[in-house]
Amino acid sequence: MTQRIFAYIIHKKGVVDDTALEMVSAAQRLGIDAPITAVVAGSGDELGTVCNAMAASYAEVWKIDDDALAYINAEVLRELLVRILPTDGIVLIPHEHFGMDLAPGLSVKLGAAYLPDAVDFEGIEDGYLKAVREEYSGQVNTHVLCDISQGAVVTVRPGIFKADESQALQGQIVDKSSEALEEGRTDARRRYIEIVEAEVGDVDITKSEILVSVGRGIEDEDNMEIIFDLAEAMGGDVSCSRPVVDAKWLEKSRQVGTSGQTVKPKVYLALGISGAFQHLGGIKGSPFIVAVNKNSKAPIFQSADIGVVADILDFVPELTDRINEMKG
Amino acid sequence: MEILVCIKRVPDTAENEIEVNRDGSDIERDDLVYSVNEWDNYAVEEAIQIRDKVGGSITVVSVGDEDAEEVLRREMAMGADKGILLSDNAFEGSDGEGVATILKAGIEKGNYDLILTGAQADDGAGQIGGMLAAMLDWPYASLVNIIDIVDDKTIKVGREIAGGNQEMNEMDLPCVLSIQTGINEPRYVGIRGIRKVASMEIPMLGVKDIELLSESVGKSGAKVKRLDYFVPELGEGAEILEGSTDEIIDKLTELLKAKGGIK
Ligand SMILES: Cc1cc2nc3c(=O)[nH]c(=O)nc-3n(C[C@H](O)[C@H](O)[C@H](O)COP(=O)(O)OP(=O)(O)OC[C@H]3O[C@@H](n4cnc5c(N)ncnc54)[C@H](O)[C@@H]3O)c2cc1C
Repeated sequence: MTQRIFAYIIHKKGVVDDTALEMVSAAQRLGIDAPITAVVAGSGDELGTVCNAMAASYAEVWKIDDDALAYINAEVLRELLVRILPTDGIVLIPHEHFGMDLAPGLSVKLGAAYLPDAVDFEGIEDGYLKAVREEYSGQVNTHVLCDISQGAVVTVRPGIFKADESQALQGQIVDKSSEALEEGRTDARRRYIEIVEAEVGDVDITKSEILVSVGRGIEDEDNMEIIFDLAEAMGGDVSCSRPVVDAKWLEKSRQVGTSGQTVKPKVYLALGISGAFQHLGGIKGSPFIVAVNKNSKAPIFQSADIGVVADILDFVPELTDRINEMKG
Repeated sequence: MEILVCIKRVPDTAENEIEVNRDGSDIERDDLVYSVNEWDNYAVEEAIQIRDKVGGSITVVSVGDEDAEEVLRREMAMGADKGILLSDNAFEGSDGEGVATILKAGIEKGNYDLILTGAQADDGAGQIGGMLAAMLDWPYASLVNIIDIVDDKTIKVGREIAGGNQEMNEMDLPCVLSIQTGINEPRYVGIRGIRKVASMEIPMLGVKDIELLSESVGKSGAKVKRLDYFVPELGEGAEILEGSTDEIIDKLTELLKAKGGIK
């Protein structure tokens, strides 16, 4: 019997996340000839809207409607999912902050294999799924074989599989709420309180046309000056990768990435930034990207338009001087 | 509060360029600089701050070979009270589930209120904390960047979600948390600190010591197996500017100007 494929749909306030259609492509890449079921949890009208939208792209949509899922807590949801999912299914979940919360524990409770952060699939043979992963922040790739004979939970990296907008299905919406809730809910040992919004900083980098972005390669807080000098010469703003914020050298509002800001400048300079997917995930609108990195193999060079292999501590001041000269 | 922090010794990606070895069976390990996984270091610092506030003790544990002792000792120099090395030939080749299974068996030999892991390590999987919690049947929260101890039964945690927003939760103890970088500023560990703990015993426990019956550990038990390492075929990639620094800057400023990068 062919295994069933499920895709967990992330949505917020009735709006479906980009990953929802990426997972259609990801599921097709698995190479299993089976219809794909979207799993959508939430509550009320918003949930209905999302289910209807998904029915155009998925052959079947499983809906779990529960007031306790108005804000989805992975611990609460997991218990319900375990009751309705077959133990030998293949469950695709986006590898982002919610997926990372839900997926590892779900695999344990389903007794399924766990394959985290897949970036590609190369087919199934004898009950093994061959997949591609990255290690060492994308410096090397690996092929892995995942035993899917007892099911698998697979998290899929966002932004890798191209969203499939070609489907024009009239998928069936199946209400799984009563099956999921038949045995009630265990008292949650983790309880959602509230969302605290990120602080707004002095500069709004989401509006900047020119961003001079600095990463761990700057090495020391004292060196930050050369970045500000360059940004001033170019007429741009300074942004950064996560380690610079972790070190408290810049405020969080200047961090670009999935756990920071989403920016859409015309020109983006990546200085001493390796190019982790969580960083690149915050850069939208296809800017002209220039990367300066002392490691010629840094993954950032795969995403940049122009690369310079150099030490930023030497290169940046020289670039600044030249620009200032040009401007007279 | 009895706190356990799970840590891993990893090649330091800030210090090394990672390369694939000749036959693709591994990365080039000669001359690699190793350190404690960045995320784990934040977890240990957080444990120290909690202990210093509410009392108790901290154990650091690692699944690995003898070399892992060096990172356990480093984190003890930082302030952890005890170290445990879970090591056995039978553990080799374990996948994430295997490592979580080993940790679970080790944990059941102790008595902990709070278990911390890093949010992820060198393989970017981010799987150990969540699997371990589910195996123990303890509550779990990932990507934690705030911990407030309410009392000896409850804590408040903030999870970092998209856009740098924070999802606040209340949790019952015991629980497992995976720690995100930036939650604190890990203290510096000097040579002197390391020397102080040099003679402390770090017990090494194997299959028999932790009474591990499970077949899901080691290479044979792994459901997920690494086949090889390879360097991804470069797509289009960046055009790398060549020449003297002057020539590079000539070209770059020209390009920047054309693209509206100089106002
Ligand atoms: C859930 C989650 C969310 C995350 N969210 C984000 C996010 O929003 N934004 C983000 O940025 N990261 C995020 N990260 C972290 C991300 O995975 C990477 O760790 C981070 O982006 C790395 O930052 P970096 O490139 O500055 O540092 P590194 O990866 O350490 O790279 C430093 C680079 O600088 C180069 N370098 C060093 N010295 C020099 C020099 N003198 N001259 C030139 N080059 C030099 C090195 O070759 C290297 O390529 C997140 C991680 C997780 C787990």
